[in-house]
Amino acid sequence: MELDSRVPGGPLETKWERHCFELKLVSPANKRKFQIIVVGTGLAGASASATLAELGYNVKVFCIQDSPRRAHSIAAQGGINAAKNYAGDGDSIWRLFYDTIKGGDFRAREANVYRLAQISNNIIDQCVAQGVPFAREYGGLLANRSFGGAQVSRTFYARGQTGQQLLLGAYSAMMRQVSAGRIKVFPRREMLDLVVINGRARGVVTRNLITGAMESHAAHAVILATGGYGNAYYLSTNGMNSNVSAIWKAYKKGAFFANPSFVQIHPTCIPVHGTYQSKLTLMSESLRNDGRVWVPKKPGDKRPPEQIPEDERDYYLERKYPSFGNLVPRDVASRNAKEQCDAGKGVGPTGYAVYLDLRDAIQRDGEEVIRKKYGNLFQMYERITGENPYKTPMMIYPAVHYVMGGLWVDYDLMSTIAGLFVLGEANFSDHGANRLGASALMQGLADGYFIIPYTIGGYLAGTELPAVSEDHPAFLDSQKQAQETTRKLLSINGKRTVNDFHRELGHILWEYCGMTRNDEGMRKAKELIPELREQFWQNVIVPGSSEDFNQSLEKAGRVADFLEFAELLVEDALSRRESCGCHFNEAFQTKDHEALRNDEIGCYVAAWSYNGPGGKPSLHKEPLVFENVELVTRSYK
Amino acid sequence: MSKTINLTLKVWRQKGPEDKGHFETYEAKDISTDLSFLEMLDLVNEKITLEGKDPIAFDNDCREGICGMCGAMVNGIAHGPQKATTLCQLHMRHFEDGEIVVIEPWRARPFKIIKDLVVDRSPFDKIIQSGGYISVNTGSAPEANTIPVPAQKAELAMDAAACIGCGACVAACPNASAMLFVGAKISHLALLPQGRPEAAKRALSMLRKMDELGFGNCSNETECEAVCPKEISITNIARFNREYLKASFGSSEK
Repeated sequence: MELDSRVPGGPLETKWERHCFELKLVSPANKRKFQIIVVGTGLAGASASATLAELGYNVKVFCIQDSPRRAHSIAAQGGINAAKNYAGDGDSIWRLFYDTIKGGDFRAREANVYRLAQISNNIIDQCVAQGVPFAREYGGLLANRSFGGAQVSRTFYARGQTGQQLLLGAYSAMMRQVSAGRIKVFPRREMLDLVVINGRARGVVTRNLITGAMESHAAHAVILATGGYGNAYYLSTNGMNSNVSAIWKAYKKGAFFANPSFVQIHPTCIPVHGTYQSKLTLMSESLRNDGRVWVPKKPGDKRPPEQIPEDERDYYLERKYPSFGNLVPRDVASRNAKEQCDAGKGVGPTGYAVYLDLRDAIQRDGEEVIRKKYGNLFQMYERITGENPYKTPMMIYPAVHYVMGGLWVDYDLMSTIAGLFVLGEANFSDHGANRLGASALMQGLADGYFIIPYTIGGYLAGTELPAVSEDHPAFLDSQKQAQETTRKLLSINGKRTVNDFHRELGHILWEYCGMTRNDEGMRKAKELIPELREQFWQNVIVPGSSEDFNQSLEKAGRVADFLEFAELLVEDALSRRESCGCHFNEAFQTKDHEALRNDEIGCYVAAWSYNGPGGKPSLHKEPLVFENVELVTRSYK
Repeated sequence: MSKTINLTLKVWRQKGPEDKGHFETYEAKDISTDLSFLEMLDLVNEKITLEGKDPIAFDNDCREGICGMCGAMVNGIAHGPQKATTLCQLHMRHFEDGEIVVIEPWRARPFKIIKDLVVDRSPFDKIIQSGGYISVNTGSAPEANTIPVPAQKAELAMDAAACIGCGACVAACPNASAMLFVGAKISHLALLPQGRPEAAKRALSMLRKMDELGFGNCSNETECEAVCPKEISITNIARFNREYLKASFGSSEK
């Protein structure tokens, strides 16, 4: 199958405008005849649902939590980028575009990224109008701060709770449409299958997590905004319920999966403390604005940090990257932390941590100013570690955070299944091989507020969509299959818990396909994962029944999918014969241990298609063509 | 420093809304004090699972204190003994070896128990649907800096907007009042110029909805403020009352 990204022609700056004009429109009176399904209520799903409902479409929204407001976008801390240039420091749409495409190590589509930068400014306007309480200067105008991978100040923020505030904005817009009767919300639902009829996405099958009942929902188009799959690694900064299942089911129905190995390991997380830890907590990258990262110069130096004199500290990021210093992009910061720890200079009880020290900033600006900027982060750190970061430097270590990979989509955000659109982290589209800080919120809201409302109209207006009812055999088939899986999971009655399997899978991925990768390790992972999967299906224990509230069953289904998906992740990593951004294969590095891209063979999006159970997935390459930027070696020195 | 402790848990078990429910006792052994409260429950659940029994159901998601999904009464206090902390952020270092810990769900008439510690908080969504928003369609917003907002007002609005909707305020209140939750939303929006046009309508309609859903009234117990993990101040209730009075007597809204 030929992958057509459907990027419109013409100059970069006018592509989107022209495309919007060329897209067919659905007249206001006809919009109410269409039913749209949205799965997921994070920034992308909530903003899409609200906007589509405002336009007049009928929207059904599904989420796994008890309320749409709890989606994991809520946990995003640092901020959202926009090219407003309020700081007057030389920012522009072009610069935001360039920083993003360069930050992604030139593995994203030019046209998509440019559109994102263009839309960024509208997002801020929209959120302010909704009542998002962004930080302000004393004169009452909006404040900005800087973030990794940029030399301008373009990040808007609401303390360390930007994701929460943006999500509550989108959620409240959604709630307004619920009361207007245009949105129906189905909370505590898990999508079990995508229903495809005559090659088009026409609905979903869900499980009611309270009663266990299977439910079918038909629609004219389906939008997946189900977030990322970082939890494949067991320990990550994702919420406990974040999973790959919805997009994995879509993959098995014919949607291509793009760049699954592009997993962002975030440099500033609270280090792991023990085996029974359930998740990792991020400390916003914004701390790198004022914090300095260091380790002791001498390996194995176990003195407490305050006893290590200035000249025995190595501020390795400032030393190695004088122009970006502590604000290098995430992939670079993460690998450097690992390198220091591997060299025996790591600190803390496990030796897998580095210091993030705000001492100098506190001395310079005073504790009050720092408290105002980062108060809630410091509080969170203290809750978890029992240490006071105003007095002693924080300890941090990289952790799985965000995935750039996801379902393949074209310029209209439509997958390879007609009528299936994918938004936010669940798609692969804008961040290439590495996402810059404060860009995820921007992309989620751009997709939901400003892109899908146009492109879905183009699809609906230009497509013949005969009525489909929920007793169509395709729905019944999907239900039957889902019931069969559930029955199997409950009947194994083995000796190992779901968590135990999940932990082991996470360990395999982190060891062999994590921050640095090599062919030998990845081949090993390819052997270990199917073995573990087989054990799972023979020896897992899932208590309870399928006819009530059963969290063990929920989790078992998700881990079963992770066990399949993990193999594709490794396959993808192994097939890319270069290093780029987050993907660091030791065989491809410069003499300074930086990622060595190979633009001759590496300028492509890897899109994988499913070939049935046991079949080997096929790789399709979408070539990436750069007409407006020069492919340079990323340098943050 | 991390160490391990042993605890006796008395956990409320209830199969469903119709079940009467009862306390069940569990021994939690060798619990590292570095674990969070929910991680401790995970461990207990692993053991229950391996015994082939039904593990304790509890809601949770982000485990970093922001999604508002978790929550239980721990020894009679919503979210447990540590101030300004959600249950997922409460760590075992705050418990003593040998302690008996009683764990119960939120108990409030409007929040039905679904199973064990899991309750239905959808009434909060219904309250927001009744007016907890600013009516602005996507695309119709003016340039963001056209309306300056004094930094101090923005800060106050942010203080109120920090509410995570966990329901601890309702669970702690002897009247099961949602005044802190509603007051926080009313304040957040009323403090901002963008929220003023609908302020009167919002105050009237959210209060009405709260009553209709069976939440009680405020009798100044201030229990809500004491347990709020985000330290939302009861001054927000005072502001809500002012907004309500202004709307009742000083506006044409009904």
